[in-house]
Amino acid sequence: MNDPAGTPSLEIIPKRRSRLVEFFVRLGREKPLGTICGIIILLLVLVATFADALAPYPYYEMHLIDRLQGPSAQYLLGNDEMGRDLLSRLMYGARLSLGVGLAATTLTVIVALLIGGTSGFLGGKFDLAMQRFVDAWIAFPGLLILLTIMSITGRGVSQMILVLGLSGGVGASRIIRGAVIGIKENDYFLATRAIGSPTTATLLRHVLPNVMPVMIIIFSISVGGVIMAEASLSFLGFGLPLDVPSWGGMLSREGRQYMEIAPRLALWPGLALTIVVYSLNMFGDAMRDLLDPRLRGGEG
Amino acid sequence: MTTYVVRRLLLIIPTLLILTILVFFLVRFLPGNVIDLLEADMEYRDMEIDREALMRMLGLDVPFYVQYARWMEGIFLHGTLGKSLFAGHTVEEKIIAGLPVTIQLGAMALVLGQLIALPVGIYSAIRQDTPADYVGRTVAVIGMATPNFWLALLVMIYPGIWWGWSPPMEYTPLSEDPLENMKTLIIPAVILGTAMSAGTMRLTRTMMLEVLRQDYIRTARSKGLRERVVILRHTVKNALIPVVTLAGAQLPILVGGSVIMENIFNLPGLGRLFVDALGQRDYPMVSGINLFLASIVLLNNLFIDLLYPYLDPRVRYN
Repeated sequence: MNDPAGTPSLEIIPKRRSRLVEFFVRLGREKPLGTICGIIILLLVLVATFADALAPYPYYEMHLIDRLQGPSAQYLLGNDEMGRDLLSRLMYGARLSLGVGLAATTLTVIVALLIGGTSGFLGGKFDLAMQRFVDAWIAFPGLLILLTIMSITGRGVSQMILVLGLSGGVGASRIIRGAVIGIKENDYFLATRAIGSPTTATLLRHVLPNVMPVMIIIFSISVGGVIMAEASLSFLGFGLPLDVPSWGGMLSREGRQYMEIAPRLALWPGLALTIVVYSLNMFGDAMRDLLDPRLRGGEG
Repeated sequence: MTTYVVRRLLLIIPTLLILTILVFFLVRFLPGNVIDLLEADMEYRDMEIDREALMRMLGLDVPFYVQYARWMEGIFLHGTLGKSLFAGHTVEEKIIAGLPVTIQLGAMALVLGQLIALPVGIYSAIRQDTPADYVGRTVAVIGMATPNFWLALLVMIYPGIWWGWSPPMEYTPLSEDPLENMKTLIIPAVILGTAMSAGTMRLTRTMMLEVLRQDYIRTARSKGLRERVVILRHTVKNALIPVVTLAGAQLPILVGGSVIMENIFNLPGLGRLFVDALGQRDYPMVSGINLFLASIVLLNNLFIDLLYPYLDPRVRYN
């Protein structure tokens, strides 16, 4: 803390830890639940990354003799209707779910930065026109717009990422726009403009660093919803391809078809989805509270 | 205030126009040609393919701006959203047929959601940091993370296994048999309502805590009002203002939720109509439903914004 009177302090100043380390120490101390959820996500990311090594079987390997079997030592969570190991499919599902979720959310943030940044920075008529487009887009119920686009582009991993990222980015651009307009009102911004520093330099040195926390917040509070949206679309049959073990797809196909004989096929993928979205939401809330408490929404 | 209302009303006109363009061209300009898709579909169904006739039927034989102009002409001069590609109905006939189911489902979900969220949120706030508060909050955040389609599946599976009871899957219109109708709608409405109640509950709690810290609450207490009066008349009334706004803002989520619920529970509403139209590649129908629902959301958002100063006289727009 700075001493307002400026009297020299005799205290020995401790060696400063890097800001990142300090951030994580604060996270652990102030947000224990958020930290636990962060660790769960980290573990899931590891499972997703090393699914090839960790999964007992390849996700597509069929053991037709053992079809629809219950949990056993051989198949920890049992098999589906083609005798494929449910646990392995869940692990590969984590890869799809997290991979698509993280990629799409990254795209969301980039698109939001491009749209919100230019709209807020340029202002004036451009902003007015751009915001009417954003208004129209936001009015479009998310699931309808996603379903419409996916029905035309067809199922696919890259389509899914593009569609989720673009449509989320338009919506989230409002937050970036607000942040940029806020930055423009600061004296330091006026000063850089007054001394005539080039626009690119202003953007890189003054605007971008200040919207960075907002970008991180958008990322961390959006990713859960993006994963949920992917699962909903896959559940309705307009998401990821049929031959990959996406959790939403598993629920709508195996889960629904064999729900009387093998209810666990509908139980586990949904549970996995809930855990992922819950952990991401809690971790995102914790990040947001630490980075910018003013953005705290309906949290209690 | 009047200038604000006029400005908002004027701004909605370009937004609506952009919306029509968005809805119209979304289907036409995306990679993947509608005609090719339809052709592939018809080939699969062994139907006769006449590309030219198909183009004419979709009105795709003229330049795109003419197509758009025709569509707009239909909407503004003839009050029609166009013809479905199948069964000879117009889009608006199908929308009007499906709308009551969706409205009923949405209204039931909204009421149920508030009935759950408000008491829990209020109680959670006045008993802050007690076990009851923690339970309420934990259930809410878990509820927010639980996919509603998974909950629907679980409701279809487990009561059947445990008690031999499954939710009815055949829809009965309200006019035919209100009781049977309620039986088919109550389960999806409860699922949809609980899913939405989580956010409302959290907001209610936060707002209650905020208002409870206000000076006028201390004044109310110190002049000796009973706690019940302090809570109900002074706190709840003020805390619920943003909650009303949230209920309005949840309309798009409600729309998305009914698409899923209507499909799982076999209800003949707009959501089912929409997904069926997507499956059949009935694009006039898709554009029509999109425009209809998005316009409603847009007007709803405007309505909430304009309603706000009446709910909270402290808010003044200039």
